[in-house]
Amino acid sequence: MASLNYDGIAEIVDTITSAREELSGVGAPLRIVKLDRRQFLKMTGAVGGGLMLSFTAPKAIASKGASAFQPNGYVKIDDSGIVLYAKNPEIGQGVKTSLPMIVAEELDAAWEDVTVEQSRIDQAAYGMQFAGGSTAIPINWTALRRAGATARAMLVKAAANRWNVSVDSLTTENSEVIHASSGRRATYLELANEAAALDVPNGDSVPLKDPSDFRILGRRVTGVDNEALVRGEPLFGIDQTVQGMKYAVYQKCDAIGGKVKSANLEEIKAMSGVVDAFILEGNDNAWELLPGVAIVADSTWKVLQAKRALDIEWEETDASTDSWSDAIYKAEKLRHETGPRVVDTGNVDTAFENSVKQASGFYRYAFASHAQLEPQNCTASLKDGKLELWAPTQTPGAAIMSAARVVGIPPSSVTLHQKRCGGGFGRRLYNDFVCEASAIAKHVGIPVKLQWTREDDMAYDLYRAGGFHQMHGSVDENGKITGWRNRFITFTNDGSRPVSGGGISPSVFPGGLLENVRVEQTALEWKNRCAAWRAPGSNVFAFVVGSFLHELAHTAGRDHLEVLLEVLGEPRQLGPRGMHTGRAAGVVKLAAEKAGWGWELEKGRGMGVAFYYSHAGHIAEVADLSVSEDKKVRVHKVTVAADVGPIVNLSGAENQVQGSVVDGISTMFDLAVSFENGRIQQTNFDTYSMMRMPSAPEIDVHFIESDYPPTGLGEPAFPPLAPAVYNAIFAATGQRARTMPISEEGFTLA
Amino acid sequence: MFRGELSQGVIVTMNVRINGTIRALGEIDPQTPLLWVLRDELDLVGTKFGCGISQCGACTVLINNVAVKSCTYPIASVGEAEVTTIEGLAGSDGELNPVQEAWVDLDVAQCGYCQSGQVMAAEALLRANPNPSDDEIDQAMASNICRCGTYVRIREAVKTAASQLATDVGGGA
Repeated sequence: MASLNYDGIAEIVDTITSAREELSGVGAPLRIVKLDRRQFLKMTGAVGGGLMLSFTAPKAIASKGASAFQPNGYVKIDDSGIVLYAKNPEIGQGVKTSLPMIVAEELDAAWEDVTVEQSRIDQAAYGMQFAGGSTAIPINWTALRRAGATARAMLVKAAANRWNVSVDSLTTENSEVIHASSGRRATYLELANEAAALDVPNGDSVPLKDPSDFRILGRRVTGVDNEALVRGEPLFGIDQTVQGMKYAVYQKCDAIGGKVKSANLEEIKAMSGVVDAFILEGNDNAWELLPGVAIVADSTWKVLQAKRALDIEWEETDASTDSWSDAIYKAEKLRHETGPRVVDTGNVDTAFENSVKQASGFYRYAFASHAQLEPQNCTASLKDGKLELWAPTQTPGAAIMSAARVVGIPPSSVTLHQKRCGGGFGRRLYNDFVCEASAIAKHVGIPVKLQWTREDDMAYDLYRAGGFHQMHGSVDENGKITGWRNRFITFTNDGSRPVSGGGISPSVFPGGLLENVRVEQTALEWKNRCAAWRAPGSNVFAFVVGSFLHELAHTAGRDHLEVLLEVLGEPRQLGPRGMHTGRAAGVVKLAAEKAGWGWELEKGRGMGVAFYYSHAGHIAEVADLSVSEDKKVRVHKVTVAADVGPIVNLSGAENQVQGSVVDGISTMFDLAVSFENGRIQQTNFDTYSMMRMPSAPEIDVHFIESDYPPTGLGEPAFPPLAPAVYNAIFAATGQRARTMPISEEGFTLA
Repeated sequence: MFRGELSQGVIVTMNVRINGTIRALGEIDPQTPLLWVLRDELDLVGTKFGCGISQCGACTVLINNVAVKSCTYPIASVGEAEVTTIEGLAGSDGELNPVQEAWVDLDVAQCGYCQSGQVMAAEALLRANPNPSDDEIDQAMASNICRCGTYVRIREAVKTAASQLATDVGGGA
């Protein structure tokens, strides 16, 4: 049997990477209102881009005899009210609220009149439906505005016909069409029937609002599912039940790549409530179906007990022998050796030779788990060759493709019901749990809900890879940074490409900013699957480069803020997908000013600053903290300044930033997974301990609402947190920590 | 490798008091954690599974007004006690209670998965201590993890609910 193949991941990673890259760059600032389709495409570099949603809005599903007004797949208005459809998976990033807000704005509906529903999964109609890369807002911004504006134009036309007046004499407000000169008004509900009879105009031809007329966008709007959440109503994948459903678990080898040799299946089948127990061979695709033993039983508790009673003999010839301590040993050797250059600009050697001072430091970060709080689960039913899935996934389209492959039916025979996700963080981009549920449902012939335990979730995660960076830098007689060398040791799953988030490209900070930059990159072979984890790459590179920049400022004897602004330099756009240094400097200055940078602080207290550009977001953070004699760290306050263009939902945007700060602190202080003999050493939250409320600092969030198209906020506020805190700890103590999590250097959260 | 004991097949029937009503349970293993009884047998899925070892608090319910992790609490131990789940907080007319209301108004949730447990922990705190200090709030809520990191808003929501309760009590006096 062939060993595991890791190729299948490419379709998901490439999709999200290209979506992000197509959207991440912007040209000169433009008023949004002036953007027509061609300009927007030009700005985003997405001319002919496969992922740009067509501006022809998706067709509504025709329902015979219904009088509902459904001009496209986003809007439905009838006697019962206004329904707006949210097209993308909700994973906590708030898109079930923010995307419909964009439609409602151009529709000119009163938000209070709107009911939001999750749309069907239909990528032929809606274009890409996924949650990843902080792309939902930028990809859908214009298309959703046009969808709302199209519906509004038709309602206005319906009113004009009814009153026999010109369209131009009508205005709209709060779900009503108004004829000011006669005082006549009609609600959208009243006009729905007549609007439904009209031809749908071309979305490109309908006028869009001037942003100064926005009534909903930029407001604080609370989440559309908030009330259902606090009532405990079923929303999540795990809450799904279907008629005749049984409960399933799936036990895989703790060392990935292990195959089932034998198992005590008869003993398991004799247990109370067990319906069936059987071996699945797997399909050799590391991202789809690993070999294992499935058990199906009457209840979750019974199936969990049966799982504990499993006795499996594994064939581990091809199984993982990954060892973190071995990786550290190898990296310690490699850091002194040269490696393949992936970035080499200017003349690095000359810069170092001509410098007056140098600094160096060896940085290291551990592997991390996603630990999304809802353990993986999926409900699957296969009847008459048709597969029905209820899945909390970030990539429903890819899930359909994978499940179809595993079951052996065409993708057109798969229906996926998108469920709310109890966290994503990148884990649910990958649909192994959907494949398992599908294969089990096929085998037993009855609907099943597959439930992973937390231990499963930790052991079969697709981890954020660890990494090692031997950094060297040089400064000249004026204290200016002249040379930058980054000897990077990373990991590869497929033997050639670095894992997702484990490769440095020329645009990684300070690429494009410093003249002489060299990055040498070597990837260590690694079998445990590594993949996207909130702000892939940026989430660890920011820690290294943001800390080392401070080291160089210190070496030069200069203020870090001053050096950071000097490195950013004159306002300019760094390539079509790069940062704008003017926007970068803007957030750095604002964060510093709001945090009170430069104040005299008492002994043991320090401030640190960091900036990072990722997912098209420009974010600066300042940490203010105290460190006790016994290295207990109390983070008092984190001040964040962000420029992601105009804010769609102020409440949601602030929440994303606050959450990113907490996630950042939690991860940098104490989160690590390690491996020995191919097996993860941390099994649950007792050994993978996330931050709790007493450690949460005050978080002060400021937005610069620049005139660029809006971009996403699920990820970019995460990366700058770690370097800001590491730098503040140095400011407070004079000790430079270079290991993440920092608990490995003895610093713990107070 | 570890091998758990096979089920002994002990089965009982019992009644439990949940959200003010008595619910009859059919044949059930008395060791079944309350969490799975709520979710699988009684269709009360607001209480969530997160870790299974009393670490995350997503499964928090009240037993006689005290916050308990239902994922490790055997159904046999419930006895005559009153169990309150997230579904039992709203008034009989469906009106949200002050804790739920604060959670909605302050837009606490991101993914929302931990939030029913957070709400129950806050409810337990305020039932025992209607006017908690900041420190008491932090300590009471420390048994619940929010992976999305909404702690700043949770803290604010507990305070808002506490002051709302104080107003309600004052108004009713």
